Amino acid sequence: MANLLELNNVSKTYSHGIIKKDSTVALRDISLTLREDEPSILTVAGESGSGKTTLAMLLLGFITPTTGQIIYRGKDISKLRGQEKLAFRREVQAVFQDPFAVFNPFYTVDHLLTVPIKKFKLAKSKAEARDKMDEALTAVGLRPEDIIGRFPHQLSGGQRQRINVARALLLKPRLLIADEPVSMVDASLRASILETLRNLQRDHGVSIIYITHDLTTAYHIAKSIIVLYRGGVMEAGDVETVIKNPQHPYTRLLIDSIPWPNLEQRWGAQKIITREAGAVSGGCPFYSRCAKAMDRCKTPAPMYRLAPFQTASCYLYEGHEQMDAAQLSETLPV
Amino acid sequence: MNTADTKPDLAQVIDAPEPTPVLQVNNLDVSYYTDSGRAKALDDLSFTLNAGEKLGIVGESGSGKSTLALAMMRMIKAPGRIDGGQVRVDDTNLTALDDETMRKARLMKIAYIPQGAMNSLNPVMRIGAQMVDAVISHVEKEPKSAIVERCMLALESVDLPRSAFRMFPHELSGGMKQRVCIAIGILLQPQVIIADEPTSALDVVTQRQVMETIDRVREKINAAVILIGHDMGLMAQFVDRVAVMYAGRLVEVSTVREMFTAPKHPYSKALINCLPNLENKGVFQGIPGLAPSLLRLPGGCAFHPRCAQVMDICRSRRPETTVEPNGRTVICHLIKQEAEIGQPS
Repeated sequence: MANLLELNNVSKTYSHGIIKKDSTVALRDISLTLREDEPSILTVAGESGSGKTTLAMLLLGFITPTTGQIIYRGKDISKLRGQEKLAFRREVQAVFQDPFAVFNPFYTVDHLLTVPIKKFKLAKSKAEARDKMDEALTAVGLRPEDIIGRFPHQLSGGQRQRINVARALLLKPRLLIADEPVSMVDASLRASILETLRNLQRDHGVSIIYITHDLTTAYHIAKSIIVLYRGGVMEAGDVETVIKNPQHPYTRLLIDSIPWPNLEQRWGAQKIITREAGAVSGGCPFYSRCAKAMDRCKTPAPMYRLAPFQTASCYLYEGHEQMDAAQLSETLPV
Repeated sequence: MNTADTKPDLAQVIDAPEPTPVLQVNNLDVSYYTDSGRAKALDDLSFTLNAGEKLGIVGESGSGKSTLALAMMRMIKAPGRIDGGQVRVDDTNLTALDDETMRKARLMKIAYIPQGAMNSLNPVMRIGAQMVDAVISHVEKEPKSAIVERCMLALESVDLPRSAFRMFPHELSGGMKQRVCIAIGILLQPQVIIADEPTSALDVVTQRQVMETIDRVREKINAAVILIGHDMGLMAQFVDRVAVMYAGRLVEVSTVREMFTAPKHPYSKALINCLPNLENKGVFQGIPGLAPSLLRLPGGCAFHPRCAQVMDICRSRRPETTVEPNGRTVICHLIKQEAEIGQPS
């Protein structure tokens, strides 16, 4: 069985201070497997500070895990060198949240596309490079003649974000890490960017890790979902089950706060408990905000398997079969 | 969420039997004079707003939403210019004020919470110092202790601890910084608050928290709120009336109920339909085409190249505003036709 990507008990702790070490656990014991033969879209959802972006940075090899390993096609990514590293850089691509920050304002937007072409020697001539750029831009629904030669400030956020997707497409990656790709884009354009991403998975066989706080788009694009809160997995499983029938109190709060475009479906009555400073360390990360918190939540809850494709880390489901954190991938359908 | 008809304590000051419009925008025209020509960003735009009312303005990027907010604040910078029209808050015509009086009117009468407001805080000044600055530059001769107390109350009303006064922006989370900006906005109890995409970079839980904060302070000082955004879902949850903006015109203004049960303008329909819901998994319904460049607007109705119900007349004639008896306005040839079929005269 070939695995595209394997995360083995990965944790990431940020520490600062020289004498008194203060540390923040950004990601706690995550294990995950993505198969090479079955490209899928996996959503990682959570609010700011949940460790979503840390996960993206780890997967891209920008930072190294404190404990655990990330294995890409059989090789630990922190040990890649030379040609292998270059291949990894090409095969794992990213689309970031802010479509404004990734452009250098002094260059025309072509720069973003020509650099990877040169770097990875994708084209033999200028004309071929231009063809490749046109092709990629058309694939994301842009008119090349409107884009080539323009400066970033002349384009809208949606256009810029689609250029980012086009750049990723140009390199024909195996894995795309999309970190909040649509959160700064108009609602009317979201649909087309998401459709581009889904087509990438369906037609080009690219696996996508879609990182977001927006569960509605996650529902539409992904097959499986992991809900993170302060670095811990709260709930995971099939997107259909988790979103329509959330079990963990945190997932419930998230789904309750979605502004539905429906007058009958008002923002829920569930009151938001604001985060208290100095939360219990070591216990359930959601303890201080949970309406159903019990005394025993001060110790971390294991994962309980609620259904073949649903698992939650919460003592409310104590009767269910307990599972190991390393088995997480079993509950994620592809 | 609280409904608008629960009477807030401070609102007793204004016990007018008839709701009088606190904000009137009449025939506002704004253009940007660029090297490649004149871009008409606001085209003969009018609307009114009552005290305590919540109006949502939706549209895609480039439709002129932010220009409208800036024009109301008279903060349009060159090459932009207000070519005509009036903005009246209460009985003051903001467009006729001199610069110094206008500077005073900002925050006192009309406050603006800009897009990405949390990045507008000065990173090297304490929150408190920034708040005090805002008060001093508008209210002279208020003792220091009164100013500090005013700031503290504002912080409390947005659910922040008093200790936030001594903090630096980096010590607060995104949602908290956004609430600081709201606190600054309400320091001088303005009659109109304009919030330009106050939650666009925040997650859903924080978004709900920020919106609930805005709603609470609105009730407290009985201000009118204009919420600018592109998310129809947020509008459904928050506002009383929705105005849909396209290429500098308000193509439809109606109550939130009318908008979501029976949208009349094809663009409003498309905006509502492009939102994901739980019934149609995997169906992506974007709006075809791009928002037009204001420099070369299509002739006739600006929406016609993207409209699903386009007719011949849309390509040649510019539609006029139709006002319905209940105050709903629509700018579309379809409505004109319906009315003519209904009552031939």
